[in-house]
Amino acid sequence: MSAMTLARETGARLAEAEARGLNATLHWSQAVLDRDAARLDAAPAGALTGMAVAVKDNIVTIDQPTTCASKILDGYISPYEATVVTRLRDAGALIAGKANLDEFAMGSSTEHSAYGRVKNPIDLDRVPGGSSGGSAALVAAGVTAAALGSETGGSVRQPAAFCGVVGMKPSYGRVSRFGLVAFGSSLDCISVFGKTVDDASRTLCAISGPDPRDATTRSDPPLVMQPHRADLRGVVIGLPREYFPADLHPGIREACNATIALLRELGAEIRDISLPNTASAVPTYYIINPAEAAANLARFDGVRYGSRRVGPEGDVRALYRATRGEGFGPEVRRRILVGTFVLSAGYSAQYYNRAQAVRRLIIDDFTQAFASGIDLLFTPTTPTPAFKAGEKIADPVQMYLADIFVAPASLAGLPAMSLPIGRDGGLPIGGQLIARDMDEATMMAVASVLEASLDAMGEVR
Amino acid sequence: MTWETVVGLEVHVQLKTQSKMFCGCATTYGETPNTNVCPVCLGLPGALPVPNAEAVRLGVRGALAIGCFIHPTSVFARKNYFYPDLPKGYQISQFDRPLATAGAVAIESPERGPITISITRLHLEEDAGKSLHDRIPGMTAIDLNRAGTPLAEIVSGPDMRSPAEARAYLVTVRQLLIYAGVSECSMEEGSLRVDANLSVRRPGDPLGTKTEVKNMNSFANVERALESERARQIALLESGDTVTQVTLTFNATTGEVKPLRSKEDSHDYRYFPDPDLPPLVLETAWIEAQRASLPELPAARRARYEAVLALPPYDVRVLTQEPVIADYFEAVVATGVDPKTAANWVLGEVMTGFNEQGSFAVAPDRLAALVALVDDGTVSLSAAKKVFMALSTTADAPAAVAHRLGLVQVRDEDALARWVDEVVAAHPDEAARFRGGDAKLIGFFVGQVMKKSQGKADPKGIQPILLRRLQS
Repeated sequence: MSAMTLARETGARLAEAEARGLNATLHWSQAVLDRDAARLDAAPAGALTGMAVAVKDNIVTIDQPTTCASKILDGYISPYEATVVTRLRDAGALIAGKANLDEFAMGSSTEHSAYGRVKNPIDLDRVPGGSSGGSAALVAAGVTAAALGSETGGSVRQPAAFCGVVGMKPSYGRVSRFGLVAFGSSLDCISVFGKTVDDASRTLCAISGPDPRDATTRSDPPLVMQPHRADLRGVVIGLPREYFPADLHPGIREACNATIALLRELGAEIRDISLPNTASAVPTYYIINPAEAAANLARFDGVRYGSRRVGPEGDVRALYRATRGEGFGPEVRRRILVGTFVLSAGYSAQYYNRAQAVRRLIIDDFTQAFASGIDLLFTPTTPTPAFKAGEKIADPVQMYLADIFVAPASLAGLPAMSLPIGRDGGLPIGGQLIARDMDEATMMAVASVLEASLDAMGEVR
Repeated sequence: MTWETVVGLEVHVQLKTQSKMFCGCATTYGETPNTNVCPVCLGLPGALPVPNAEAVRLGVRGALAIGCFIHPTSVFARKNYFYPDLPKGYQISQFDRPLATAGAVAIESPERGPITISITRLHLEEDAGKSLHDRIPGMTAIDLNRAGTPLAEIVSGPDMRSPAEARAYLVTVRQLLIYAGVSECSMEEGSLRVDANLSVRRPGDPLGTKTEVKNMNSFANVERALESERARQIALLESGDTVTQVTLTFNATTGEVKPLRSKEDSHDYRYFPDPDLPPLVLETAWIEAQRASLPELPAARRARYEAVLALPPYDVRVLTQEPVIADYFEAVVATGVDPKTAANWVLGEVMTGFNEQGSFAVAPDRLAALVALVDDGTVSLSAAKKVFMALSTTADAPAAVAHRLGLVQVRDEDALARWVDEVVAAHPDEAARFRGGDAKLIGFFVGQVMKKSQGKADPKGIQPILLRRLQS
């Protein structure tokens, strides 16, 4: 299929998704699709030729706006392109458009977009998860085979679970952040959605590898696709008991148990383990992340770019107050306030510094587990299936707890993914694999085997 | 009862790199506003900093030159504050884990003689842009060419006891940094800036409340500003008042300091490690290689000039003030010229020319050739100085220039005798007085012959002929 044909089909599907009211895209145009397609058709084929990929709107592109779903960047067009977008283009992918998200990636339901909430294609009354809800919905609705999202604390794995698609987060530093609008810089990972493990893996391989423009990328060479495995003999999978609490949603428990049985059948050795500091992950995350976010969002001041509202007094502080007060939504303002507080004189030792110490304990939990001979961890991705829109919007803490099983791997910088393992009342259920630092290869290979067996059982997708 | 003054200084120097601290933009001074900028130094969404290895290298060399310990691991931190010329809303600096600590600089105090000033720390950071309040009426213009320029901040201990000592410290630190080749250290171009902290106390008392003085554009003004602030604090305390912690700005026209902001408006910078930048890890072997490759620093050079070259203290001090001067001097000595002769030339004609033009118009080997002409009597010293002036506009050899200008000394006996005879004939009275025993008049006759020859006669050749003619 030519890129031009793909561009036309993708455009038609984007229009159809809009007509369904998914509100998953913020910017796309047939003209841009056609122009890109013409360029791709003239270039040699690459690893992603024939694949359309949507890009979360906090990753900068030069031909379309990048707003982070915030009014403060309304209409902003970057003069440069993110490393990952260039790598996608170089691999032959067609950039489908820019996907909706929680404003500045802050949220777990994509209800915090200044441009309206994203609907879950499986059940339009429910949230797609977040913050990469637009990317997840586009893949779930079959608009694109893959999409880029970003993870700070589970923002790809959690929506992947809610929408019934594959979501894959690499090790911190595996993929360049150059061009990803920073949120929590020590946590941020550009991550991928795929309809299948193969789609997600191929996309991740294409964007991975060191980048001289991001000092936090690792020097390891880019990821490559793994040879197919017949079974899971020799693989040791740990089940951290803290991820299977007594009040876990019954449908999720059942799907997890069935998956564990399947892993055993495939030849994997299953071991019960403990990661004792798991419960501290969400509170730790919600100190480190706002602290970094408050600094990262300081640049949106109305001086150089983005929306600018001059205050009545005409002085610079009034400019800041008006621009930031009107430009940022409530969740963003909340995180800036929390982040400013936890780093302020007299409080930083008891909040920020302590959170960093607890983060170290969480990392140590994982290090010890993997040192004991465990290759991968298996857990549920979320404590519940997709919840109804509006259900948690008024209660930030309940919203934050939706990330309870995904935040630890983010804090530890480990590769982790969610793949569909079943359904409950029609709603998708995600199972999570967490791997050793920089061992995406094992994660991708095992996920591929598991996916094939789950598909053979049916009822999953 | 007397007051004791306590001064500590924060010196910011711009490291002389080609490109900025965290991006590839040029650091050239005086460009059209907002032309040396890119997504990184503009703080555009998604841009990330990458450290400039040359800035790190220069920072390390500067720190070694002021005797600091270099930490194998240091950490970049974000210093958070809002200002229109600070594009990211934070400055990348170093906080609790600086590049270098515990240095010491030996200075010559005008009051206390040789003393040592401790260096608390040297850390790396990026500069902010400039707010221009006079470009557009009623508006503030922002120029971000300077944003992201690499700086080293050097913090001294509170070890100086007078404004004059503060100035002596600045002169010494500047000299060390120029020697180490890390900065131009030009206050006019803003590549060296000083913030001064001053307090006063009764001798033996704990430290008094300090104030910070900013906006001084020369070392002389640092001294003036501190004099003014010292007087202000003493007057307050003597009238029974107290000093409040405040930041002051110096007005060079009035010589006064005025409050800029008080402690209550001071920022809470909320420092934390910059997650975009891994810790800066330096290998010990690399640090040692930097130490080993530092040029000879002023103190060592001064000692060598005194001990080995046997130069007088004044010559030594002036020759070593700037490394370029000392390097030139040594290049002249290396050709075999007597050190004192070379020093006389450098301290005289060479430095005059250098200060006027900012460069050396006569290469060391050409000066050496000129000195050789004086030594062998081809030209007189005064003629040689004329030749030196001419050398700056020609590539010809000194001997050729001397010939062309007619400055070669005449040593031919017949020619000298003709001049002597004419002079003796023209001054019969003086000749008679000399013959009568007034021996001092020999000088008069030599001078007259030199004048007659238009400076070309060899003075050594004149005297025997004169004596023969006058005594005959």
